[in-house]
Amino acid sequence: MLACKDLKIEFDRKSVLKGVTLEFPAQRISAIIGPSGCGKSTLLRAFNRMHDLTPGAQVTGSVTLNDREIYASDEDPVLIRRRIGMVFQKANPFPTLSIYENVISGLRLSGVRNRAVLQEAAEKALMDSAIWDEVKDRLKSNPMSLSGGQQQRLCIARALAVDPEVLLMDEPCSALDPIATAKIEELMFRLRERLIVVIVTHNMQQAARASDRTAFLWMGELIEAGETEAIFTSPKKSMTEDYITGRFG
Amino acid sequence: MSQSHQLRKLHGHIMEGVCLLAALAAVIPLFAFLWHLVAMGAGAFSPALFTQLPLPPGEVGGGLRNAIQGSLLVVGIATMIGIPVGLGAAVFMSEFAKPSIASGLRFSCDVLSGVPSIVMGLLAFQMVVRPMHHFSAFSGSVALAFIMMPVVVITTQEMLRLVPHSLREAGHALGIPAWRIASSISLRAAAPGILTGAILAISRIAGETAPMLFTAFGNPFMSMDPKAPIATLPHTIFTYAISPYEDWHRLAWGGALILVLGILGATLLSRFILWWHQRSLNS
Amino acid sequence: MDAPNAATRERTQAKLARMPFPEDTQAPSPWVAPPAPPEEIRLTAPASEPRPPHVDPFGRSTGRSADRIFRLATGACAAMIAGLIVLVVVFMVSGSMPAFKDHGLVALLSPAWDPTNQKYGALTFLFGTAYTSLIGMAIALPLGVLTAVALVEILPKGLAKALSLAVELLAAIPSVLLGLWGIFELVPLVRKFEIYIYRSPLGLKHLPIFSGSPLGVGFLAAGLLLAIMALPFILSVSREVLLQVPKSQREAAYALGATRWQAIRRFILPYSWKGIFGASLLGLARVLGETMAVTMVIGNTPQIKASLFASGYTLASVIANEFTEAPSDLAISALISLGLILLLLSVALNAAARIMLIYLNHSQGAPQVAK
Repeated sequence: MLACKDLKIEFDRKSVLKGVTLEFPAQRISAIIGPSGCGKSTLLRAFNRMHDLTPGAQVTGSVTLNDREIYASDEDPVLIRRRIGMVFQKANPFPTLSIYENVISGLRLSGVRNRAVLQEAAEKALMDSAIWDEVKDRLKSNPMSLSGGQQQRLCIARALAVDPEVLLMDEPCSALDPIATAKIEELMFRLRERLIVVIVTHNMQQAARASDRTAFLWMGELIEAGETEAIFTSPKKSMTEDYITGRFG
Repeated sequence: MSQSHQLRKLHGHIMEGVCLLAALAAVIPLFAFLWHLVAMGAGAFSPALFTQLPLPPGEVGGGLRNAIQGSLLVVGIATMIGIPVGLGAAVFMSEFAKPSIASGLRFSCDVLSGVPSIVMGLLAFQMVVRPMHHFSAFSGSVALAFIMMPVVVITTQEMLRLVPHSLREAGHALGIPAWRIASSISLRAAAPGILTGAILAISRIAGETAPMLFTAFGNPFMSMDPKAPIATLPHTIFTYAISPYEDWHRLAWGGALILVLGILGATLLSRFILWWHQRSLNS
Repeated sequence: MDAPNAATRERTQAKLARMPFPEDTQAPSPWVAPPAPPEEIRLTAPASEPRPPHVDPFGRSTGRSADRIFRLATGACAAMIAGLIVLVVVFMVSGSMPAFKDHGLVALLSPAWDPTNQKYGALTFLFGTAYTSLIGMAIALPLGVLTAVALVEILPKGLAKALSLAVELLAAIPSVLLGLWGIFELVPLVRKFEIYIYRSPLGLKHLPIFSGSPLGVGFLAAGLLLAIMALPFILSVSREVLLQVPKSQREAAYALGATRWQAIRRFILPYSWKGIFGASLLGLARVLGETMAVTMVIGNTPQIKASLFASGYTLASVIANEFTEAPSDLAISALISLGLILLLLSVALNAAARIMLIYLNHSQGAPQVAK
């Protein structure tokens, strides 16, 4: 289980996230929703310590994966990121590598050299991302020749190849058409058996149909969190209801 | 934490260390040069350096007056030729020319700026020295002007490019003729940058030696005649540096310090102009 | 627009007279037919007085002639610049013709250079130019790229800015001054190094690359100076290229669990290689034609030797040293032909590098090198 307690994040002394406490249980898809600028991506990036790379970012509070603090001083962020993978808003395959090399790039980084192991892992990851059939004949070609939706599934395969425990998805479908979006939501359902999936989305319909649990953030504060059905049919806070019914944001 | 991961981290740290060492090595030459320049040049730096003419080889003392004034003359004439032509060409490229012609011209300038300066000296030799049958300050100025022109065109064009098109359109809409737009609107808006570019181009040609070898040719005596051979500071530094006379070496370092101070002054002046312009915009 | 003539006016007025006013028979109209304009108000000049052309109510001239003059003047300047390229080629070729007629291109490739005895072989100079440039680039390229990595990826912003300024200032130093420093400060250092190698118990002096007497002047010293001159250029371009790697690429690499060095070496640098290669071609083009600094420390001996310790001669240096003392017009022409070789080499490299970079820009959306 992935959890955060009283997580506060500041950028150059400006407070962006104000004391968020949440739990993301295993075998569940959890969605984080809220208007633009409410801090959803910032929250997501705290989970794989991406803020370590931003000068001026200050993270306080606790983030635990299976009860182990990931911000502990003896934890290497590099290793954390191998257990907690991330997919970004716009697909970012490496243009200087082939499709195959893209998928195994994470494994190569951790020192895996055995050809057979790499090939097996690549095939499994591409199948899990529902893109194996489309690329199996052109593994050596350049990923930039794929469509946007295919590139995003490639990036998911790349993230899955290192066998993480958590997959963080930062608005993965916002640049895609409805058909590509549906494919990705479909594979999210399959992945949920093995991983914790956390998805940030500004598309409420997506949150409603694709997730089991939802958290609503507004201006850096957690307003409400719970089972998706409950949040969307009988929200406890009026602000949640206003957002869901489109009254603002 | 696995051992292979530890090794990988160590490898990463070592390579980053190598990069830092490279950065250190990259700055050492500048400091070494400046250090020696000041150490050796300060000894020669005195009013005599500016006021006296060089003495015959072997004698101690003397100055670089002829070379300093010679440089001022040659660079001055070169500037009078090079800057207007460069400015005019850049204005033409930026305001009047068709895009294909403009990019062709720009490509030519890029290529011209890569021509070795000694080749420009050979060109000036063929064009000026040969017909005149003797070396002259003027031929040196021609060589320097040739070197300067592409540089001025490129920097001026870049500055003009930065002027927003909306300003020009406003001029057109007011019925101002194109030539006035070019001079009063575009040039005026880009003026500080253009001026800076011109100053830097001048300081660059002031240090050129190779073309002078067979155009201005050098002159141990005082001369301000454009039609006669003339001494220039960088050429004199070269001649003295390779000579066997200790005192001439001293003068060479003194001349080097003067050159560097001149270049430094030009750089500071151009930064001052930019700063002053920025300030007058903000107030 | 032509002033309407009387016939047109009549026709228009007749047409207007035939068109009925929109009569509002349904309901009382609040509108009253507009009264005919009084005779005194004339907004246009009567047809009999044509308007004088090009006169502006404020008395300004349209500046058509001034415009033409301005265009001509600036166009002439542009033509002069374009003409400059032609001039360079024409004069260099015509200046070389006597030499080519005398001994042809093939003779240039012989190693014997002795103008007083009519020998004009330029092979030693071609070698010297190539060898010193190679040494210079072999030092400047890795040094420049690694320094750029340090400045962009590793060092804090303030320190990086200061360091890059320090290296850029190097570019402002005139060649002759670097040569001056080279003669009196660098050459003694190189000599110490060469003596150290010479005396080395490992017998390094028997290696062809370290053979010969340790004089200090020679290919190594010249190569070092060229490296110093090429470095600022390589560094500034590499920096630009690295800075243009998109943030999304870096994020992807780090999110996969890359260490900083892994991200640099496996993802950031590969993205930048092409731009850096183009930049190194430009740097090479510049270094080929460097005259003064090289002349002052290369030893001015026309010979082909593999050793770093050996003295040599470059195309630019021989022109610089021997032009004013050439024994004959033919010798001058031969030297000009060497200048022509220099010109062709640097222009070809320059043009090739720029074309390659333009092509890169269009295909990969890769970084642009402005200078």
